[in-house]
Amino acid sequence: MATSVELSTEEGGTEGGPLLDVRNLHVEFRTREGVARAVNGVDYSVDAGETLAVLGESGSGKSVTAQAIMGILDSPPGFVTQGKIIFQGRDMLKLSGEERRKVRGARMAMIFQDALSSLNPVLNVGEQLGEMFTVHRGLSRKQARAKAVELMERVRIPAAKERVRSYPHQFSGGMRQRVMIAMAMALEPELIIADEPTTALDVTVQAQVMDLLADLQREYNMGLILITHDLGVVADVADKIAVMYAGRIVETSPVHDIYAKPAHPYTKGLLDSIPRLDQKGQELYAIKGLPPNLLHIPPGCAFNPRCPLAQDVCRTEVPPLYRVSRDRASACHFWKEVVGDDSAPADKA
Amino acid sequence: MPERNPLDPEQGPIAPGGGYGAGMDLAASDADTLEYPESHGQEPGGPAGKPRSLWSDAWRDLRRNPVFIISVLIILFLVFISLWPGTIATQDPLQANLQKAQAGPEAGHPFGFDQQGRDVYTRVVYGARASVTVGVCATLGVVLLGSVLGGLAGFFGGWWDAILSRISDVFFGIPVVLGGLVFLSVVTNSTVWPVVGFMVLLGWPQIARIARGSVITARQNDYVQAARALGAGNSRMLLRHIAPNAVAPVIVVGTIALGTYIALEATLSYLGVGLKPPTVSWGIDISDASNQIRNAPHMLLWPAGALSLTVLAFIMLGDAVRDALDPKLR
Repeated sequence: MATSVELSTEEGGTEGGPLLDVRNLHVEFRTREGVARAVNGVDYSVDAGETLAVLGESGSGKSVTAQAIMGILDSPPGFVTQGKIIFQGRDMLKLSGEERRKVRGARMAMIFQDALSSLNPVLNVGEQLGEMFTVHRGLSRKQARAKAVELMERVRIPAAKERVRSYPHQFSGGMRQRVMIAMAMALEPELIIADEPTTALDVTVQAQVMDLLADLQREYNMGLILITHDLGVVADVADKIAVMYAGRIVETSPVHDIYAKPAHPYTKGLLDSIPRLDQKGQELYAIKGLPPNLLHIPPGCAFNPRCPLAQDVCRTEVPPLYRVSRDRASACHFWKEVVGDDSAPADKA
Repeated sequence: MPERNPLDPEQGPIAPGGGYGAGMDLAASDADTLEYPESHGQEPGGPAGKPRSLWSDAWRDLRRNPVFIISVLIILFLVFISLWPGTIATQDPLQANLQKAQAGPEAGHPFGFDQQGRDVYTRVVYGARASVTVGVCATLGVVLLGSVLGGLAGFFGGWWDAILSRISDVFFGIPVVLGGLVFLSVVTNSTVWPVVGFMVLLGWPQIARIARGSVITARQNDYVQAARALGAGNSRMLLRHIAPNAVAPVIVVGTIALGTYIALEATLSYLGVGLKPPTVSWGIDISDASNQIRNAPHMLLWPAGALSLTVLAFIMLGDAVRDALDPKLR
């Protein structure tokens, strides 16, 4: 507790700052049942060529944060109530609707989880890919189709020339996700947000799609935000990880440190619940309880009802992000114990 | 109309003897299970799968459907005789020969004569024009007005939706026949346009509701969100991504409604507030004949039969189209 230096995000002016800098973002959904606070002060940043993995369960606010960054929150009921989204030096929240629309697709693009439902069933893929060029670049339909073929080749879709007139349902899952990636890549945006891009795919195809994404990212030096709940997907491709819980970031870290020594009990729980070969035959660890209802987030640390280390202070005080090392932070009052504890899951006692 | 010949090469790889459904399924599942494009770099059978859109799929279904073919043949015939009635009816529908009033069929006059000695056959043929014109124009008007208003309400929601829904409730509340008696009894114009206008006025809320609902459903699809995330504006999302996916129910209901508008025209004409003589209309003839049903049933039989057949054809067409566009309903 002595080194409770709160991670501040004061540094980093507009020029020469990171590609994307999200500061103290708050999003709430005003529903009939009450106000659901989906995002409660998220800070993260992504540089060009960097991959940030945002990790968390369903309802942790990771997708909502992404939608807020893209400016595609359904509003109402969703509202950004506080914070800044600084992208290429401009605060996205201060732009007009039309200015933001021009940023979407051209400067930042998004890849969705289920490529089948994210592609329009009545348009063939060539038309959908080409649309990027007709809308943003004003190309003719013929030029756009040629560009579409080029894009499909770039994401390694075989026989692109013949398949450009095919409809989404005529592609396999992996191929569809490639089409989605091609659409997002079309205008060579500086930032791509991939919202669980491989969740709907077979395991073997997952790896290929992730590789493709990583290759393209390197090639174009894009910033990539990879939203996932799958720790396995993250390990190879991410540079840093932000773990979200109940709308807050509970731990940020370079990717390799987090696997070796998690600094938050929630991260530790997630890691311990991955099946491992050397634990064959043993019961798989699971984090107890359920994620909190966003209408009634528990006071203090939101994770306290499920935390094996919870003390009185956790039920009253919201833990700030403590600096664990130069580039790591954890929002746990007892991060030292968590990092120091190398043994089996803490609540085995 | 293409024949449904099982050996027709144009109809794709269909196993002889197998139903077309079985053949199609096999082809589809082959393509799925044989696909190892990710690991082998090429897709077996990829190019073989010809691009198939929703519409071309629906067309495949339709042209194999006997209900569709029969109804389309009837409708094409109706359209033909309403454009060129003279080709199959050489007499004048208005020429009256009172000596023959209510006379039965005779050579050259297969359907007999009406009260004023006009040839019933000729009048039935000429009556198609009024029915088809009213049906088609009313449907076009209703579909255009209803889907634009309903679609915008569904897309934008909010106050526009609230106001429009209340207005359409008001029009829904007006009984059609009563409304017709009130609105059309003051009209002296004998063309079809007052009748068409009245039908559009009362008919659009039906389509608006359907369009609104299906736009709301289509709007929630991920691809609309994805289009938005890639920079599409409102008009592009609405016209290119939502409308084509929301239009099917409107087409189906519109087709069925066409039949009911034809029936409604006859109803209004029967009541004396629809089309007025000298316009030739099945409804007017039915009305004239109804007093003479005991002496001269043929006067009623033929126009009523033509009307029933026409309405039936459009309703059958609507059914077939619905089956093709929304296979889940089957």
